[in-house]
Amino acid sequence: MIFAVISGLISAAILPIFSRFKKDLVPKLYPFIPLGIFIYLASFLQHVVSEGAQFWSYSWIPSFGINLDFRLDGLSLLFGLMITGIGALVFFYTSYYLKEDKYLDRFYGYLSMFMAAMLGLVLSDNLISLFIFWELTSISSFFLIGYKNEDDSSQKSALTALGVTGFGGLVLLAGLIWIGHVGGTFSYTELLNSSEILQNHQSYIWIVILVFVGAFTKSAQFPFHFWLPGAMKAPTPVSTYLHSATMVKAGIYLLARFTPLLGGTDIWNWTLIIVGGFTMLYAAIHSLFRTDLKSILAYSTISALGILVFLLGIGTEDALLGAGIFILTHALYKATLFLITGIIDHETGTREVTSLAGLQKIMKPVALAGYLAALSSAGVPFLLGFISKEVMYEASFHFGSWAILLTAALVITKIILFVAGFWVGIKPFTGSLPEEHKSAKMPSPLLWVPPVLLASLSLIFGALPWLLDGLMQSVFTSMLPEAPEIHLAVWHGFNWILGLSLITLAVGLVLYYTLKPSKKLIENVKTFDRIAPIQLMENIAMSFQGFAEKWTGFFQNGFLRNYVITILLFLTVLAGYRLYDGVDIHLDWNQISQITPSEFLVVILMVTSIIFALVTKTRTGVIVALGIIGLANCLFFLYYSAPDLAMTQFSIDILLVLLFMLVLFQLPKNRSFSTRKIRYRDGLLSLMFGSLIAILALEVFEAPSYSEVSDYYAENAYILAKGKNVVNVILVDFRGIDTMVETVVLVIAAIGVFSLLNLNLNPKSKD
Amino acid sequence: MKSLIFQTASRYLLPLLLLFSVFILLRGHYLPGGGFVGGLMAAIAFILYSFAFGLKETRSIVKLNPRYLMPIGLAICILSAISPWLVGLPVMTGLWYDEPLQLIGMVGSALFFDIGVYLVVIGSTLTIMFSIIETI
Repeated sequence: MIFAVISGLISAAILPIFSRFKKDLVPKLYPFIPLGIFIYLASFLQHVVSEGAQFWSYSWIPSFGINLDFRLDGLSLLFGLMITGIGALVFFYTSYYLKEDKYLDRFYGYLSMFMAAMLGLVLSDNLISLFIFWELTSISSFFLIGYKNEDDSSQKSALTALGVTGFGGLVLLAGLIWIGHVGGTFSYTELLNSSEILQNHQSYIWIVILVFVGAFTKSAQFPFHFWLPGAMKAPTPVSTYLHSATMVKAGIYLLARFTPLLGGTDIWNWTLIIVGGFTMLYAAIHSLFRTDLKSILAYSTISALGILVFLLGIGTEDALLGAGIFILTHALYKATLFLITGIIDHETGTREVTSLAGLQKIMKPVALAGYLAALSSAGVPFLLGFISKEVMYEASFHFGSWAILLTAALVITKIILFVAGFWVGIKPFTGSLPEEHKSAKMPSPLLWVPPVLLASLSLIFGALPWLLDGLMQSVFTSMLPEAPEIHLAVWHGFNWILGLSLITLAVGLVLYYTLKPSKKLIENVKTFDRIAPIQLMENIAMSFQGFAEKWTGFFQNGFLRNYVITILLFLTVLAGYRLYDGVDIHLDWNQISQITPSEFLVVILMVTSIIFALVTKTRTGVIVALGIIGLANCLFFLYYSAPDLAMTQFSIDILLVLLFMLVLFQLPKNRSFSTRKIRYRDGLLSLMFGSLIAILALEVFEAPSYSEVSDYYAENAYILAKGKNVVNVILVDFRGIDTMVETVVLVIAAIGVFSLLNLNLNPKSKD
Repeated sequence: MKSLIFQTASRYLLPLLLLFSVFILLRGHYLPGGGFVGGLMAAIAFILYSFAFGLKETRSIVKLNPRYLMPIGLAICILSAISPWLVGLPVMTGLWYDEPLQLIGMVGSALFFDIGVYLVVIGSTLTIMFSIIETI
């Protein structure tokens, strides 16, 4: 199992090397990876249906309770089959769709990585590994959305998507850790036993909120929905795969997964009903105002996700079953619609629904797929959409006192989605073929077979729904442990639900013939853009950037002197605050007679050079004065028997003087730039800092000193390391590793200076 | 700086300082000195020379680009550190020849470690200084 999960990652990792030698083989070989995993997963179908969940466990970080535990139950199997099945079709489709693209191999790398992440996400039993795969899907989708990496709007959309989903992921992490904390384990299977504890815990509400934010961002629920239409900038295979069939359903998966764990409470149900219900209506209405095929699909996808959240919110047996069936239904018809949109775009070069018609004369099989998908989306009998719609209506119709309102919302949404589905699946193919598209050609089988396959699955499962009984039963059981036995059927007899279905179809058909997609409609809604969530987010992002710019501009202003002032001031205030409690210094004036004349002379020398450095007008004077101060320091080291230190200080000092000389020699004559005020300010700061250091140095004497370490070094230098110079022995032997790392640091510094100085940011001015 | 006195002086100073730096390096284990100080002194010697004669001239007397001294020095350091490990002792154990060599004195892994430090210091100091000189 672990190989099945990570084979996508492995193949993505070896891709750069592989494609260097056999670039042409990549699109031919890679589609077989998802196909293989699909077959592998399908082989478990019988086991899962008859025996329940299957488990695999691989140790990863056992000390933190993080393991690669995989759990294959109905829900994860359904998702796994969708991910690999639709994945395989998309992989094949892409090999023709992006045939001429120079980064095609890279595209396959991202796709494989995404597939692996998605598989890991739905199979993870451990909450932490679930989160890791969750974030991996965000990251790989970032690459896929921004695939046209030279296009500004692609970059922007990719960043928006990553920002929203990544943010949601972090929130989710907090929620998952909290769950693990309360439940005492990160294992989902073990947590199932403690759902009582979780639901009665005082932080239950916070956990639910955190999990909701994670799920809503990923599954594009209002108000986080805006990243999904932008993500349609990605090539159509990506939209098919990520933004309709798999990734956006990860949030749904999460909610369905946590239903037995956290669900069943009022806050859980009503939040989902309100958010899902609002999203499904809002996005459905939005989709009517679009004329770009992909935009229509994007909004109808958001709406469908809203329906799923809504159903999970209702949470009754019918609702959960409806959600399970609708996940599959939607994946089948929406992926088909996306794929045919890609074909239309590929062959005619446009996705404007207003200018497309009559294409069935050219591409019959594509049209057939489109019709089937549109009918399934509309919920016409003998297609899978009909069955899911029936169960859905059943669920909302029997939901207590709010039933009428909720059913009305659902029916309206379904009617609008009917229209949107027809616009995409039927309108481009019917009517008379316009002149400009006469030149369009029948696409390669690699393009039209996948949508036809998916569409016929909608038909097969719709006409013979008992084929799905086993899979849906186990999906149902994983959401509702005591699920009753189910038998899917097309015909339920004459009842209210059938009436609602008929109303949906009739009104949808009337609307389709009266309402024509047009560009004028979109102009009407432009006025609302000001209060759209995307606008709000952009405003927040812009003002944050503005704040960051001001903040950075204030502190990182490019003047070295200001940096020094900031650092010194900060240190002075910080250490000064610590000294606020009082200073513990005792000066023993009796020891003053121990000062030798030579020491006294050196101090005089230092003070004189300091004063000289302050008053002198020439740069050379300052440098020489500073050099003398350094040398005087060396003398002190010598007096206090640290010859090694003195030697090193001496050499460093010489180097410093040489360096200053070197640089300053080239500068124009010294002039006074700073005003009197600035000089006083700097002087004050230096005095403060100097006294602070002096106080600290004196305080050090007050602290008791421990000489055990130095005694040990002194005693053992010769015995253990055969050296008489203790300092050197410490450097090369006792603390040799330190020295080694320091030399590495030195080398890094040298490389840094070298590359900075040789860096030419403006290649034109190269000399 | 084309001063005759300075040029003449630095022509003699260079070999003397280099010799002195090696001396400092070797005596490090028993008396004040060591690889770090030695390396700094050698670097100073070259920089003084380049002051007097210019960078080109300096580069021409040392054929090896100082940049290469850094990896060489690091390699010597690491080799001397792991050499005890190769004979089955913990890393960085001091290994010593029993008999002192002429002029050099006791030879052991610590000495090679110091030589590595010496080369790294020369290499990085000269790299930094030379790049600064070049950009001016």
